[in-house]
Amino acid sequence: MRIVVAVKYVPDIHADRGFEGGRVVRRPEEGTLNELDENAVEAALRLVESLPDDERAASEVVVVTVAGAAADSAVRKTYQLGVDRGVRVSDDAIAGSDYFGTVRVLAAAVRRLADEAPVDLVVTGMAALDGLGSVVPTLLSAELGLPQLTLAGAVEVVGEPGARTARVTRELDGVDEVLEAPLPAVVSVTDHANEPRFPNFKLIMAARTKPVEAWSLADLGVAPGDVGDAAARSRVLAASPRPPRPEVELVVDKGEGGRALAEYLIRNELV
Amino acid sequence: MSTTDTTGPAGPTGNRTVLVLLDTPGVELRSPVLELITLARRVGRVEAVALESPSIETLAQLGAHGVETVRQAELSADGHGVAGDVTHLTPVLAEALAAAARGSDADVVLLTSSFPNKEAAARLAFLAGAGLVVDATGLDIADASGEGDAAGVVVADKSVFAGSWDVRSAVTTDLAVVVVRANSVLPEPVAEAVKTDVVGFAVELSAGATATRVVSRTVRESSSSGRPALGEAAVVVTGGRGTNGDFAPVVELAEALGAAVGATRDAVYEGWHDQFVGQTGVTVAPRLYVGAGVSGAPHHRGGMQASQVIVAVNSDPECPLFEISDFAVVGDLADVLPQAAAVIREHRESQG
Repeated sequence: MRIVVAVKYVPDIHADRGFEGGRVVRRPEEGTLNELDENAVEAALRLVESLPDDERAASEVVVVTVAGAAADSAVRKTYQLGVDRGVRVSDDAIAGSDYFGTVRVLAAAVRRLADEAPVDLVVTGMAALDGLGSVVPTLLSAELGLPQLTLAGAVEVVGEPGARTARVTRELDGVDEVLEAPLPAVVSVTDHANEPRFPNFKLIMAARTKPVEAWSLADLGVAPGDVGDAAARSRVLAASPRPPRPEVELVVDKGEGGRALAEYLIRNELV
Repeated sequence: MSTTDTTGPAGPTGNRTVLVLLDTPGVELRSPVLELITLARRVGRVEAVALESPSIETLAQLGAHGVETVRQAELSADGHGVAGDVTHLTPVLAEALAAAARGSDADVVLLTSSFPNKEAAARLAFLAGAGLVVDATGLDIADASGEGDAAGVVVADKSVFAGSWDVRSAVTTDLAVVVVRANSVLPEPVAEAVKTDVVGFAVELSAGATATRVVSRTVRESSSSGRPALGEAAVVVTGGRGTNGDFAPVVELAEALGAAVGATRDAVYEGWHDQFVGQTGVTVAPRLYVGAGVSGAPHHRGGMQASQVIVAVNSDPECPLFEISDFAVVGDLADVLPQAAAVIREHRESQG
């Protein structure tokens, strides 16, 4: 089985995040593998590990990311978990891409991998913690013309090689669903889907020197005008930091803390 | 044809056609959809779109909010009618919306914010070659004076990075698809209700739309029955690890305030409550958020930091949630919350 996992290199949520010239500031030293993508990597690794030995040996988990060279650290992090191969697509023309531009590049990378050998599944996390749009999985499914099984809390693959089906269970707001689709398919997993493993020492050492393949738009046959600023359907007009909140009004409860809270709410017409 | 809302700004605003997806037309419309309609009236003429037959209650609500037309999708695949669970598949919803947008010659399509709606919006934008803004808090038409070459295009505001930045984006395509967060505006009926007509439209689904099979779909009983829904409540009381599993004080304060009850991710994992507030759970931006026994981990803050007023109760004086709070009590929530609830109930009774 061959699984492609799309991952994103994002500003750390503990870092001071912001905008400059209408774009998100990306400082290499404050970037990290999007935490929710660890669930996607884990799901892919577990699917491969559940296969019979002979098939497992012939399987491959490939990570793809669209970013600058700093993102290699995020790809290496996935190597530490057991990912076989990593591809980073970089090109100056990609800068300023909206969801659609980014997905066009990701899909082109998946297609190129599928030209080498069939891809059975494309797996992603449920969201990137910088943009929180949660739309890349469905857009990848649309761009690749594959069925989507998104927001999976659990995923399994059943059937014989060549006629396999992926089945997911998902909990949405107020609804439980079980969905099924023939492979190849696009799956996104939530942070409930699994508990990502810790890297082991051997893999940590190996990841240091394991190469990350760098592809350009030309390698993928994507025209520069179809991505980036040139193709973006929306653009940032203005971005401004919110003024900091005023100093907190702190009360230590000595028997009247609840009353103080209620009076604060009443005074501010919140009751 | 245009029924311009007098509260809307002047200029190029007011002549657009805005299509609003109705989430629950079969029963009645919830506040977030009425908020969308209110927002849409500022931009132009509003039409609604539904994938099932609107109830009498829904039609009355639409009339009261100035919507004259509901377009109801009649789905078919291979010439056969399609209904039931399949209508909830993202590609099906997206193809229906795309057909409705074409039929109404819409300039803007608005959806309420939920994971399924974000996906449907994205796929609609993919099909229609439209620009997309997810989790907007405001919508406008750029006026000729202010924003250079963006004049006349749809602009959307949103709050990002856990509420720490405000971003204004222009959508530069003919059609704009915008997913709007709950509590972005107050729903307002029009001065004079209109009559609402239902107009059917045919949607022939592509083969790919139903490539995913719905094995089962079960609507879950929610613990929030009788209280406002978490994602759309104006007041939210959230309990965390500090409750030690006893949500009674949280529920008591929520009931006194008419609030929704939420939890942290940890508390949900422990089985203490069923819905968590956070970046990957329910994102809330209410008028008032109260966090009790909530430490304020980044994941949680990302889901509530855009709240207007933040109040925290925690026995730990170093609790990180205090840093972003307007008012905080250091104390045992089991004492503080019931006392606050009692004073609030007293106050409410005194107000009649």
